[in-house]
Amino acid sequence: MPSFVNPEKCDGCKALDKTACQYICPNDLMVLDKEIEKAYNQEPDMCWECYSCVKICPQQAIEVSGYKDFVPLGASVIPMRGTDAIMWTVKFRNGMVKRFKFPIRTTPEGSIRVFEGKPDAKAEDITNELLFGEPDILEVEQLPTL
Amino acid sequence: MAYEAEIKIVETDVLILGGGMSGCGAAVEAAYWAKPLGLKVTLVDKAALDRAGAVAMGLSAINTYLGMSGRGTYGQWTPADFVRYARTDLMGLLRDDLIFDVGRHVDGTVHLFEEWGLPMWKDENGKYIREGPWQIMINGESYKVIVAEAAKNALGLENIYERVCISHLIPDPNDANRVCGAVGFSVREDKFYVFKAKAIICAMGGAVHVFRPRSQGEGLGRSWYAPWNAGTTYALMMQMGAEMTQMDVRFIPARYKDAYGPVGAWFLLFKSKATNAFGEEYMVTRKEELSKFEPYASMKPLPTCLRNHAMMIEIKEGKAPILMRTPEAIAALAESVPDEKERAKKFKELEAEAWEDFLDMTISQAILWAAENIEPEKEPSEIMPSEPVFIGSHSGSAGAWVCGPSDLMPAEYKDAFPAQYNRMTTVLGLFTCGDGAGASSHKFSSGSFTEGRIAAKAACRFASEVCADYKPEISEDQVMKYREEVYKPFAIFEQFKGATTDPDINPNYIRPHMFMFRLQKIMDEYAGGWANGYVTSDKMLERGLLKIQFLKEDSEKLAAETLHELQRAWENVHRMWMAEAHLRGLLAKKETRYPGYYYKADYPDLDEANKKFTNVRFNPQSGEWEVIERPFIALVD
Repeated sequence: MPSFVNPEKCDGCKALDKTACQYICPNDLMVLDKEIEKAYNQEPDMCWECYSCVKICPQQAIEVSGYKDFVPLGASVIPMRGTDAIMWTVKFRNGMVKRFKFPIRTTPEGSIRVFEGKPDAKAEDITNELLFGEPDILEVEQLPTL
Repeated sequence: MAYEAEIKIVETDVLILGGGMSGCGAAVEAAYWAKPLGLKVTLVDKAALDRAGAVAMGLSAINTYLGMSGRGTYGQWTPADFVRYARTDLMGLLRDDLIFDVGRHVDGTVHLFEEWGLPMWKDENGKYIREGPWQIMINGESYKVIVAEAAKNALGLENIYERVCISHLIPDPNDANRVCGAVGFSVREDKFYVFKAKAIICAMGGAVHVFRPRSQGEGLGRSWYAPWNAGTTYALMMQMGAEMTQMDVRFIPARYKDAYGPVGAWFLLFKSKATNAFGEEYMVTRKEELSKFEPYASMKPLPTCLRNHAMMIEIKEGKAPILMRTPEAIAALAESVPDEKERAKKFKELEAEAWEDFLDMTISQAILWAAENIEPEKEPSEIMPSEPVFIGSHSGSAGAWVCGPSDLMPAEYKDAFPAQYNRMTTVLGLFTCGDGAGASSHKFSSGSFTEGRIAAKAACRFASEVCADYKPEISEDQVMKYREEVYKPFAIFEQFKGATTDPDINPNYIRPHMFMFRLQKIMDEYAGGWANGYVTSDKMLERGLLKIQFLKEDSEKLAAETLHELQRAWENVHRMWMAEAHLRGLLAKKETRYPGYYYKADYPDLDEANKKFTNVRFNPQSGEWEVIERPFIALVD
């Protein structure tokens, strides 16, 4: 099955205000079985393998098992996402392992202030073609036209 | 039996439907202008903003950056250059005004992304490293998370509704060609939402799973474009009577076979070549056969559909599998470094870059490589054209016929719109962007965000100018009717579930999953899906429409057991609307302009003398469809 949950690791996000994987899945696939307090993928053939659930799980309880209608068994791709970088461990069917680390963000999480330091919007500018921050953010003197 | 979900009424001025790239762009821009104009802005998404939309997984490149100020390692393009590039790729037929408009604003968007924290690849002089002439490389795993954070910061969490699936737009009771709200349901709790708004921006992505995917087991979900793109943008606008353009222009991405890993970095950054199974470079050997589609066959870069077409000729002649020659590309790049030590280092870098390309945006392809023990520097990989998808922001151009900016839109187009506001559809107060705005391809992620900004500023202007004294009215009676309609699949399930011992096998209703399979089978077989090599004809399309009419009738008998299944029910209704519009768009097109995307066997040639837009429109009053022809007008040579 595409994303799957390790029952040993999943704690149903008991300590959090929401189940992380259920919160994040863009296709509404991850769901908490309230009786056993474990999550599962309720519609695996609609899974894009986007890894949003894998990356967000605070227990690292979720992995992906390649689509069995075209992926041979035995490989795994496991991420470890931090605040500024992501580490990937790629395990081949033949046992070879490759590791990669890539940056994901240059600013602290939650630090974005979109309008700070930018000129305030003026009501009379609503009729022109300039968007927020322009022309400065375009780095050209004026907005091109025909 | 009516389902008694709690009714929540939200009154707002500007309503943004969808929180992907274009919806987040709209949120940032609308929040900016709303302040001095005293407007309220609300955003709704069926998922969570951080990973909503097609960029959920991330991206390894930003595909649209002009570099007007010279910030790219090469390529300092003008908006007019951008028009030529996009229009060539879509076989000469697009809206120059809309593309020019995205082009002139897009660099600012990219600069904002960097400011917010998106890691850009840079050379030793601090210039953005280009992947190809128009693209720049990024470390984009958190691309959408960063953009979502900006949208949340601009709009405020109190104005964002997550996990609310929008099912219908509401026409104004006094003016059928004006939108005044939207309804939808929470996918988490028993709440029915009614949003009343003066202006609505429809930004819910493209349409996937309208056609039968190549993989039919677990891999069904591994569509090239995100499977949660259910055609809702198109369906909702069409139901309101919006005129649609280029509804025939699907996109067939040729990608790494089965997992659909990206080929852009391989072709552009690594300069890889693709060959048939016998090592022949089909883009060279098939040149003569492509000349049937001049003048486009001689243009640079060669249009995407023509590259697909050459591949299809190879496949039909038994020269598949088609192979991306990754080892030769990596070797050539490494060999360009003379020093042996440096070369080994370069090799390692290239290997990491190749894997990051997949890990950033199509992790399944990395799993497939690992499972088949493929090391790209050692052996080539198979590539293949996929099933058709609808994506107005890439090398496809289905979407609404929208108003352009006042300084660019040709006078000939003005009559179509009830008021002149940028990116407004032919329905008053209804705006769209990203995948929703037609005849303006090659926006990709940065251009979609940009077009969201363009639409949002215009929507704010509309809400403050045209709607100063306008109050959207939706009667209580109407609200109750919509609620009954939205939850009808629950009522049907409850009514009939006891008729059989297995709730999946029941002659009284159809569940969303089977409904989708029926739709996909019709489209694949009659509208030129992958099974018959993208070939169709008027006779086949007419037959397909007959089958769709039965499906439309049966959509009244969709049954759902859970809120999740209710979401699927409405998504599939939206897919069905997209399917019908596609069949009608293909029927209206009496030529084969996009070989490699689709072939009309009864009109196999390009009809350059009659180059025009063949738009389609559903008339909500009569229930009939019409074809509207609009001229092609070139603004740049």
